[in-house]
Amino acid sequence: MLDGLDVAVPAGTFAAVVGPSGCGKSTLTKLVAGLMKPDEGEVWLHGERVTGPRKTVGMAFQNPVLLEWRTILDNVILPLEIVAPKMPTKDRTARAMDLLEMVGLSGFENKRPSELSGGMRQRASLCRSIVHKPDVLILDEPFGALDAFTREDLWQTMRDLRAAEPFTVVLITHDLRESVFLGDQVIVLSGRPARTQFVMDVDLPADRTLDVLFTPKAADMLHTLRDQIKIAQGRTEEGSA
Amino acid sequence: MLYKVATPVLAILTFLGLWELLVWANDWPNYKMASPSDLPPAFWKYKELFLVMGWQTLWRTVVGLLLAVVVGTLIGMIIGFSKLARDALYPLLVGFNAIPKATLVPVISLIFIGQHDFNTILMAFMISFFPIAVSVGIGLSTLEPEYRDILRALGASRFTIFRKIALPKTLPEFFGALKVSATLAFIGTNLVEIVSPHGRGLGALFKSGETNGDYPLMFAVLIALAVLGIMLYYAVIFLEKTFAGWADREGT
Repeated sequence: MLDGLDVAVPAGTFAAVVGPSGCGKSTLTKLVAGLMKPDEGEVWLHGERVTGPRKTVGMAFQNPVLLEWRTILDNVILPLEIVAPKMPTKDRTARAMDLLEMVGLSGFENKRPSELSGGMRQRASLCRSIVHKPDVLILDEPFGALDAFTREDLWQTMRDLRAAEPFTVVLITHDLRESVFLGDQVIVLSGRPARTQFVMDVDLPADRTLDVLFTPKAADMLHTLRDQIKIAQGRTEEGSA
Repeated sequence: MLYKVATPVLAILTFLGLWELLVWANDWPNYKMASPSDLPPAFWKYKELFLVMGWQTLWRTVVGLLLAVVVGTLIGMIIGFSKLARDALYPLLVGFNAIPKATLVPVISLIFIGQHDFNTILMAFMISFFPIAVSVGIGLSTLEPEYRDILRALGASRFTIFRKIALPKTLPEFFGALKVSATLAFIGTNLVEIVSPHGRGLGALFKSGETNGDYPLMFAVLIALAVLGIMLYYAVIFLEKTFAGWADREGT
């Protein structure tokens, strides 16, 4: 699935990984999370080799996978029950409530997931993925199933969360605008077997707003990425296979 | 609240009215078909027997059902977690379930001769564990991998994942099966009570009604069984509301 893949993400930065469908992006997340072992090669996180699951990783997926029988608050607390079983309930609640406030879910902490909209559920899912202060956050297309406007809202939420908490992010996405808006670097993977085809540093201010996507600089970057995706798909001209 | 009580009561009264009308219109005598108005005297005449026998039927059914819950859940966990076990055990389970349980009554009464309570409980168990095993098995085997991954990525043990995610997620399916199993268990209990000689419980009371040509008694037993069945069913509903009420989307 993955072969000759060499990706380095500096600590504390945001790496957006794009590539054609089925090129093994999800496999990459499983390797980083320690849920799968590489047949060959190694995965290193913060100076340690990944040999299995570790408590310092956070994950969020396209499907928010909230537990229907728990309230939003208890859903966010869930990782703490595993990672910090001795942490007092009061502290857990306080931590979760802080995060919920940051993503604009104050007042919804006692609702069930089924009572929330898709965007709100994804916000709760993001809170859950970082509640235990992971070093590395792995996001597997978390905004993929949302409508365009909700998605842009969530991008800004993500940007604000990152400003508030230090963590390294690996974001898998199909959305080039998303990769440019959120990423410090964008990594383009080639088709199967996936290799690192292209790496682009996103030279935009950290506190960027959505307007930045309409600047010529961003347009150039998007254009470059689009061309790289075309190459990754094995296409040379528009429309030909 | 009034609506909740009134609608089923009205439906039951209508049913009894139609039944009474059917017997009256055909002018059926008591030895052909009893009518609802024959039942209260029958209940009154044998009121102590109904209480004693009814209790016997109820406790044996509940014990059989509890056994089915324990064993059914265990089998469900085995076939839910292991594909090997699932492939190996499914034909066996389906085959066993397909056997008409009436044919097993002579078998178990020969093996465990005279153990009337035990035989009855065993039958209630055998007839009712299958839906539980299958639903728990399916619930566990269809758990989306992401649900496991959110905890597995943090290094949670298999048991923790089962307790915090797989088990609660399977509860709605489990209770759905338990409703079916609760009524099945009654069938199992009565099968043994009716078929085995010198039996006890409501099934034996039914049998004695048949022997004596006492149709009102036989129908009274059927009604008593229906009442017990309804009671057990609503007990399961109560448990479901308590433990899996979150699955109920009504009003959201």
